[in-house]
Amino acid sequence: MAVKKFITGNFYDEAVLFPAVTKVRRAGYKIHDVYTPFPIHGLDKAMGLRDTGLHTAGFIYGITGTCTALGFITWALTLDWAINFGGKPFFSLPAWIPITFELTVLFASVGMVMTFCYLCQLAPFVKKDHFNARSTDDTFVMALECTDKTNEQEVIGFLNNLGAKDVEVQYRETEWWLGRYDKDTKRFERKVEPVH
Amino acid sequence: MGLLRYESQVRPPLVNGDKDYHQVTEDICRPVETRPSKAWWIGFIISVLVLCFGIVSVTMEVIYGVNQWNLNKTVGWGYDITNFVWWIGIGHAGTLISAILLLFRQGWRTGVNRAAEAMTIFAVICAGQFPIWHMGRVWVAFFTLPYPNTRGPLWPNFNSPLLWDVFAISTYFTVSLLFWYSGLIPDVATLRDRAKLKWRKLFYGIAAFGWTGSTKHWQRHEALSLVLAGLATPLVLSVHTIVSFDFATSVVPGWHTTIFPPYFVAGAIFSGFAMVQTLLVVTRKVLALEDYITIEHIEVMNKVIVLTGSIVGIAYLTELFIAWYGANTYEGFAFLQNRVNINSPYGWAYFIMMGCNVLSPQIFWFRKMRRNLLVTFFMSILVNCKRGYVV
Repeated sequence: MAVKKFITGNFYDEAVLFPAVTKVRRAGYKIHDVYTPFPIHGLDKAMGLRDTGLHTAGFIYGITGTCTALGFITWALTLDWAINFGGKPFFSLPAWIPITFELTVLFASVGMVMTFCYLCQLAPFVKKDHFNARSTDDTFVMALECTDKTNEQEVIGFLNNLGAKDVEVQYRETEWWLGRYDKDTKRFERKVEPVH
Repeated sequence: MGLLRYESQVRPPLVNGDKDYHQVTEDICRPVETRPSKAWWIGFIISVLVLCFGIVSVTMEVIYGVNQWNLNKTVGWGYDITNFVWWIGIGHAGTLISAILLLFRQGWRTGVNRAAEAMTIFAVICAGQFPIWHMGRVWVAFFTLPYPNTRGPLWPNFNSPLLWDVFAISTYFTVSLLFWYSGLIPDVATLRDRAKLKWRKLFYGIAAFGWTGSTKHWQRHEALSLVLAGLATPLVLSVHTIVSFDFATSVVPGWHTTIFPPYFVAGAIFSGFAMVQTLLVVTRKVLALEDYITIEHIEVMNKVIVLTGSIVGIAYLTELFIAWYGANTYEGFAFLQNRVNINSPYGWAYFIMMGCNVLSPQIFWFRKMRRNLLVTFFMSILVNCKRGYVV
């Protein structure tokens, strides 16, 4: 992907944002995203986003942990080197439940966090373009993607009518790239070859 | 400007002083963005001095061995097990606030949860050290891990509560850290976007992982927090249950009881909340966060303290009753001769424990006392000190 053209509008109140989202969708415009400083419950439903599959991933990771723990302990204490601990059976399942449980939780949580970071492209030194720096403070920023057919003036007027403030056209990179926030780097920097 | 959401007609507001979103950001970021105050420096220097004392003590212990605290046998743990249990218990209140209260949809937790989670992480770091220090030969602590070794490979004893501890504590630390940091990412992003200085932009830019606040990301973030909370809740119960198994599976009279797991969990929440109070009463003052950590928060937490303190009280009395009622003469001696008898070696400690852990929190039945900062602070210190006498 590359740099695209967007029309952004700022909202300062959920009560204005929600009807705006519904109306924008009904009018047939494509919402690229809404950036908010905190989670707004129900906004994903209003925007028509699919439910996340992160829960399912967590369950699968958990089961993996259970199997790893039970399988490994069984192998180590019954097959690899069976040791007689106070005359108790080699396969003493009840005593292994605590470790099995801990590893289930460990695998599920570590796996889920890593999946979360992968899906949201979160990592140190990842840089992304912002529409408005205040979107992590107090502003809800709605970005509509423009296509060749989009009538800019019409969309800007439409957003203004819905209560959006400072509606403007912005060109933004949609992908992430490796960069630092103290340096103004872009995803693709054209290096001008010196002419000799 | 969107005002903070109206909560309920019967409940007082969670944040005082009609603030809008931007003011909240300003207030919360101020302690991080301005120079620390004199009060902060005083607190910091005191903490560093205590830390130095701890480092010297531990160094002495590693050099000269566990006899440094008059421990003359290799089986008993001495101070280490009490310190270990105490710190783990402190940590549990943080998880309780962040995870269990999230599952119960308690709105007030948001004012204090990050502080409590940070407390959990540091408490677990403290707790995790004690089993290692008590080993004496700390440089072979990795023997507890099941790694392929040249001794067979000889695997550790997976049937032993001490090994369960290794897994429980390391899992607990990892999950607490992930939970805390994943919740922190959006907040760090706020700091990053406000940063004016170059090094702040760099530092917060790295720490915020490129967070943008996209709705899809928030949706995943919410799902992640909920599932992590759901995992952390049974994890807390299991960790302290396993810690109590360290005692309960031994054959020491007074420890060899089935009441230990629930009693330890209640005790952990009890002392942990007291520690949260100790820290927050100071924090809200020093960092000027009185509008966010309100007197309502303090009162609610005092209610938890009186509840869990009473549960611990019932556990003590049950222990005592069973020691008298049961047929085990050793158990009977441990309690009736060796603890309840004020002239016995443990008598003084037992009565201090009973008085300060069970009787003194009962003061929080009174609303006036629950809302009194000085009483709260004093009681929280008392509860924390006396929890040490439990074991």
